[in-house]
Amino acid sequence: MELVMTEQRKKIHPHKFTLWVAIGSITMMFAGLTSAYIIKRNQPNWLEFDLPVIFWYSTAAIVSSSITIWLAVRAFRQGEMAKYRKMLIVTFVLGIVFVSLQVLGFIQLWNQGITLTRNVSVSFLYPIVGLHAIHVIGGVIALLIMFLKAFSRKQKTYSAVPVEMMSTYWHFVDLLWIYLLFFLLMIR
Amino acid sequence: MSNEAILHEHQTGTHDAGHAHEHHHHETFITKYVFSQDHKMIAKQFLITGIVWAIIGGLFSVLFRLQLGYPESTFPWLEDFLGHWAKGGKLDPEFYYSLVTMHGTVLVFFVLTAGLSGTFSNFLIPLQVGARDMASPFLNMLSYWFFFAASIVMFASLFVQTGPASGGWTIYPPLSALGEASDGSKIGLDLWLVSMSLFIINALLGGLNYITTVLNLRTKGMSMTRMPLTMWAFFFTAVLGVLSFPVLLSGCILLLFDRNLGTSFYLSDIVINGKILPNEGGSPILFQHLFWFLGHPEVYIIILPAMGIASEVMSINSRKPIFGYMAMVGSLFAITALAFVVWAHHMFVTGLNPFLGSFFVLLTLLIAVPSAIKVFNWLTTLWRGNIRFSPGMLFAIGFVSLFISGGLTGVFLGNSALDIHLHDTYFIIAHFHIVMGVAGMFGMFAGLYHWYPKMYGRYMNNTLAYIHFWVTMIGSYLIFWPMHYEGLAGMPRRYYDFSNWESFKMFGGLNQFISFVSIIVFAAQLLFVFNFFYSIFKGRKVTTLNPWGAASLEWSTPIRPGHGNWPGEIPEVHRWAYDYGKDGRDFIPQTEPVGEDESKH
Repeated sequence: MELVMTEQRKKIHPHKFTLWVAIGSITMMFAGLTSAYIIKRNQPNWLEFDLPVIFWYSTAAIVSSSITIWLAVRAFRQGEMAKYRKMLIVTFVLGIVFVSLQVLGFIQLWNQGITLTRNVSVSFLYPIVGLHAIHVIGGVIALLIMFLKAFSRKQKTYSAVPVEMMSTYWHFVDLLWIYLLFFLLMIR
Repeated sequence: MSNEAILHEHQTGTHDAGHAHEHHHHETFITKYVFSQDHKMIAKQFLITGIVWAIIGGLFSVLFRLQLGYPESTFPWLEDFLGHWAKGGKLDPEFYYSLVTMHGTVLVFFVLTAGLSGTFSNFLIPLQVGARDMASPFLNMLSYWFFFAASIVMFASLFVQTGPASGGWTIYPPLSALGEASDGSKIGLDLWLVSMSLFIINALLGGLNYITTVLNLRTKGMSMTRMPLTMWAFFFTAVLGVLSFPVLLSGCILLLFDRNLGTSFYLSDIVINGKILPNEGGSPILFQHLFWFLGHPEVYIIILPAMGIASEVMSINSRKPIFGYMAMVGSLFAITALAFVVWAHHMFVTGLNPFLGSFFVLLTLLIAVPSAIKVFNWLTTLWRGNIRFSPGMLFAIGFVSLFISGGLTGVFLGNSALDIHLHDTYFIIAHFHIVMGVAGMFGMFAGLYHWYPKMYGRYMNNTLAYIHFWVTMIGSYLIFWPMHYEGLAGMPRRYYDFSNWESFKMFGGLNQFISFVSIIVFAAQLLFVFNFFYSIFKGRKVTTLNPWGAASLEWSTPIRPGHGNWPGEIPEVHRWAYDYGKDGRDFIPQTEPVGEDESKH
């Protein structure tokens, strides 16, 4: 039994591994969408337009939220629960700010006449960025649950696994956004 | 975290982890049978939902075969049964298309994906790798309930006024993107897309668990190469699903946008009833790429579990080790890898660049190599074996027969030049029904007859099983073999009535024969369903731990294992799962340490 335990400790935690496979799966979904976008790009009647400036602000928000969640994990590992909670709530707020800025960006695009049905090249923007935002919202909800749990008095033993998984996922949606932003800037 | 902790994480209790599995949790009817987190119960839920869908999907095929076999006749009882879909006892042409579409959707996704890999991956993975449960029992439960929700939505779509989706199971736009195009493209298709999205979530959640459990929760000593081939097959199936289903989801989301929000991802230059639509700039071919990027791996998602099950059942019932274990694993891997790079062979006649097509021909024909390796290894496993013709074994042998005869026609279809003639004819129907449909069902039956004693602690009735096998085996060939001739003659698929068509009316008698046999085969499946449910309650009880004399780990559990599978510690594994007829012994279970004077492998 002793041996079994130590052997299993060396392995990655199954839930973390599940998350990595899920990240691979989500990546495939965006790979599908962006490759469809590339194929369309090579066809005639492509409309070029500039991304709204707000997207740069939202990028700043999500990048800084990646830093705060990294700080949160570090605080958790060092047992500084007050700092952990503070960083968690900052990340949560930055997540909401990101999603709101994305929505504002789209309102701006819409008002410029770059609506959903204007042209296929614009139409792609909506599902791609929209699906990313949905994944961020999923993360925000998870953050909220984690934040409420951090105040719960019932839980005595603390495992770092959920916090670490949360941060892995959050870094992933951050990187995914940076990829999408550069993709949309380069190929248009 | 250890295996134990995973299982008990979600159960708040006062006991410590050491003796947790011996402690009987208070289970209510709801937690035991409905919202169960036990992989064995979830497997049974997938199985029984799959059986219900198989009856519905099979019945659909009988209904449209009635039309194809007896185009002049009317069946007044059909009107009582289907109402305005069968006015005067004759199927409405629109409804005929719905039946064909739903038959394909239900059988491919709900029966042969969820029913096959959902049942056996869930049931066997923890038992055969030596785990208490899946990596995340909660996600596993969620996976089933997403499937259930998908089932409800799809079932509901059968009852809407304008009928269920009717554009074929591949739902190609523009037909599927425009509600004005046909009745089936109205609300029925939206329900189809919602149902499939829920189904994809089910497949992804399930797949995540299968991969993680196989890679992370194997018991001590269970190295990857000591796993039974079923485990390898389910593992690769899950990898295929996790990487290809999201792409279909992308395709479905874009289609939903086109249908409901006025975008034109798939639409351009369309005129319906003289009205010019504003949509411009889209391409329906884009959908085909996204669809077949899933669609092709999907056929391997169906056939790989059947291959794994056939290998396992065949080795046990030949009392011989599986021939060429590593070659079997290698060919499973090769099929998985090739599955992702052959999708365009479904699109040879879409105007695909012929130069590009030649690469897809090459890659497609390459699949024949690992497939042939598998076939030869099955035959050499049977060769000079001490064969026990149990029902499971018969279905496993039947699977190999079907895989050979269906696979050979695949070589025809994989050639882009021949495909110009054979595309969308009955030849392709015959090919994929034999190699994927019926072979997949045979894998499922082999697994069910073989593992039924482990699932329910009882045996199924053998006489009924033998009748079921022979009727299905002979019937399948009688149904699909003649279709090759019809297809070579150029008879197209999806048509409602051939009797007025000069070129193909000579097949009237043959079509009648096919329809007649398909009714008999459907009746034989009802015999199986009766046998299955009757045996759950009245079957002969299992009295020994290991009724088949199998070496793999699942037979070291109690006859009716509880949640957690093994009452004590999880046994340690010392050898591979195929030590049959070794050193003068009938079989050596995986849990037995390798002896001093034993020959190594």
